[in-house]
Parts: sequence; C-alpha cells; structure tokens
Amino acid sequence: MSIYSSFKQKNDIERLVFLINSEAKETINIMEICGGHTHSIMKYGLNALIKDKINFLHGPGCPVCVMPIKRIDAAICIAGLPDVILVAYGDIMRVPGTNSSLIKERAKGKDIRMIYSPLDIIKIVGDKSNKNKKIVFFAIGFETTTPMTAALLEEVITKKIENVFFYINHVLVPPPINAILDSNDSLIDGFICPGHVSVITGSGIYSDIVQKYKKSAVISGFEPYDILSGTLLIVRQINDNNPSVEIAYKRAVKEEGNKKAQDLVNKYFRVRDEFEWRGFGNIAKSGLRLRDEFKYFDAEYVFADELKALELNEDFKENTGCKCGEILRGKLKPVDCPLFGKVCIPENPVGACMVSSEGACSAYYKYRNF
Amino acid sequence: MCLAIPSKVIEIKGDSTVVVDTMGSKRLISTMLLEERANVGEYLLIHVGYAMQKIDEKEAIESLGLFKEIENKMNMG
Repeated sequence: MSIYSSFKQKNDIERLVFLINSEAKETINIMEICGGHTHSIMKYGLNALIKDKINFLHGPGCPVCVMPIKRIDAAICIAGLPDVILVAYGDIMRVPGTNSSLIKERAKGKDIRMIYSPLDIIKIVGDKSNKNKKIVFFAIGFETTTPMTAALLEEVITKKIENVFFYINHVLVPPPINAILDSNDSLIDGFICPGHVSVITGSGIYSDIVQKYKKSAVISGFEPYDILSGTLLIVRQINDNNPSVEIAYKRAVKEEGNKKAQDLVNKYFRVRDEFEWRGFGNIAKSGLRLRDEFKYFDAEYVFADELKALELNEDFKENTGCKCGEILRGKLKPVDCPLFGKVCIPENPVGACMVSSEGACSAYYKYRNF
Repeated sequence: MCLAIPSKVIEIKGDSTVVVDTMGSKRLISTMLLEERANVGEYLLIHVGYAMQKIDEKEAIESLGLFKEIENKMNMG
C-alpha cells in the first residue's frame, strides 16, 4: 500500500462526503489557509462535493502571493548591483514588480539563478568562477521553509564562506489570520490549518484562533482524505460548540512540532516589528529577519544604502484592477475579479495569485472547477 | 511553496545525507533537521532538499480507520 494512494480512495472519500453533508446543520465558512490546500480542493473538486454545506474561503498561505511589490523591486535592485548573483526559488521568478520581474531581468542578462534547494547555493559557491561574486539568496516562505534557510546559514558559517548573503522575507502564519479575524466583517467559522507549517511549529501556534476568537482550527494534510476529514472535524466541533485545535494529519504533525528545526530558526532569526503583506499592509510581528549578530550576512544591512535609494526614488505600483489583496483576505474569490481569465491568465498574469502555481487564481484557472 | 513530498529512504550516506526515492526519481537529501536517525525503508517528508519529519506509518493506518463507525448507517441509508 503506497502512502500516497491510500489517502484518495473513492469509498473513503464518499464516506466523508456523506458524513459532512449529513452532519453539517447549515452552511459553514471554512478558510483553508495554505495555498497547497486550495489547490487540492480545486484539483479533486472537493468544493463541489460538499458545496451545499461548506463554503471554502481561500487564505493568505501562499508566500509568493503575499510578497509586497517593494520586496520584489528590492530583489531586482540587488540583482542589478555589481558582481551579484541573485538566487531564488522558481515560484517567485515571474512575480511582477513595479516595472519588471526577476525572469525578465534574467533575460536582459542579469545573473539570476533559480534553485530547488538552499543546498544548491553551496554548489554555486563551490564553482571557482564565482569566487569574487556576492551570492544573494532571496529567501521566502512560511515556517515550513525558514529552517532550511537557517540550515544554509549554519553551513555558510561552519564552512567560513564569506560571499553568501540573505535577503530574508520569511513570514509567519498566525499574524495575518489574527488580522483577518480582527476585521469586523469576517465570516469564518473555522480554519483548515497548514499541515507542513505545523510539522515544524507544532499545533500551539493556533491557540489564539481557538481561545481568543473561538473558532475551530484543524491541522490537515493535503490529500483528499486529509482535507475532508479535517472538514468533518470542524463540522463536529461546531455542532458540539467546542472550538479547539485538532490534528487531522498525525502521520506527520506532532503537537510539539520539530524542536530541532525550531531551535535552529531561533538561533538565527528574530521577529521584525512589522512586515508588509500584499493585501493587508503592515502587520505587526509577522515577519522574520536575521539576528543582529549575523548582520554581515543580511542583505538588508550589507546593501542598506542601495535599498534606501530605491525606497526614495521608486514609486511602487500595483495594477489597480487586480483583486489579489481581497482574495488573499478571503473577501473575494478569484471569479469575483474583473481581470480573472480575461486580462489575467497564467501566460500573462497581472497579480501574484495568478503567477504563483499555489495562488487561488491559478488553481481556479487550472481546474475550472467553480 | 510548502509542498513536501513523502519519499522512501533507499540508502544512508554519511554526513547527514540520505538517498530517497520520490515517485521513482532518486535524490540526495539532507537529514540535518531531523530529530531522529533515518533508516532505510522509512518514509520522510521532504521540503526543498531537506527532510522535515519522518512519516509515522502507524498513525497513517490509524487515521484511515477513523470515521468508519458510520459504515453500516451509510449502507442502510
């Protein structure tokens, strides 16, 4: 039995759909926070199977989508500095900045490289022709991905590598969720919480959702069975009037998370006072930065003058018709955006939610299941 | 972005490195973030080149057994 296939068996799915449809008393609004969940829901048509009882609202858990335009512009600025090799995950390469994107800048001749893993950076360092280059890692991602950036920094320090720098854009899941729940018009009854973030953090980070806001928080995996069993647990919590944090992905998520990864993140990172999110504006204590003792590895410190000049001179602009902001807050669905599927298509994306393979607009367009 | 793929350990290399099989393709993975030693035959969750956690097969099987209490009710319905 493969670990994969057993979580999408037809009879199990039918059973869960039956239970959800028969147990839910009225329509329940569930936000799935993670873009990976949005994709699974659309790919397997889960939204359609339970559409009379469950309204899925798509959350801000796509790190590419929430990156504000000025951070993209800053990465483009760093890539243009002398002797810089900018290194980034593939997901962020096509996201439009004010005037350009990393992939367009690469086509124009800038040394911008796509990596699959931070470990690839060690290979770039090992190439002797890069000896005098400054290799800058445009690090993005939620709690899932931050430990791997920390692991790279640890390796850089251990191996006494002096030409790798970090442009840190790591963000945290709970602050935008709290921001959504603080807005008066929030309709959400419960959350499907991100499985792989929770592998690292454990289940404790969702305690505010339950204690402060009295909403359900169920951690789920990404197969159809995982998402539907998480949904059923939310239905039952609502029926019992008992909002709590539950793990519906126990094969991967431990209550305490991965302590070793957490310790490594705490060793190198501190929480910023605030960080700007696309669609939200500034959110307090929502992003990470390297600790001061590692500032010589921090691109925001090393290239502070250049980034300051960019800030003063550039007029950061987003396309005004694009509804990414509202979509990321669960206020609108992709089909509510006037650009969706007309001007904004995967080949010519206007907003980040269409660019990123994890964005809600990309999922809607790809699976046409709405 | 937070995609993590279950992959089977097929060989242990020294220095926090193992070879895994991800849907038929083999790759080298760092295990430096794992809290326990990885063993051949186990499944690991892999994210951007690092193993983040072992997959607990016992829990996997147990979770598939949940919600079956209603089987009879469904057949009758």
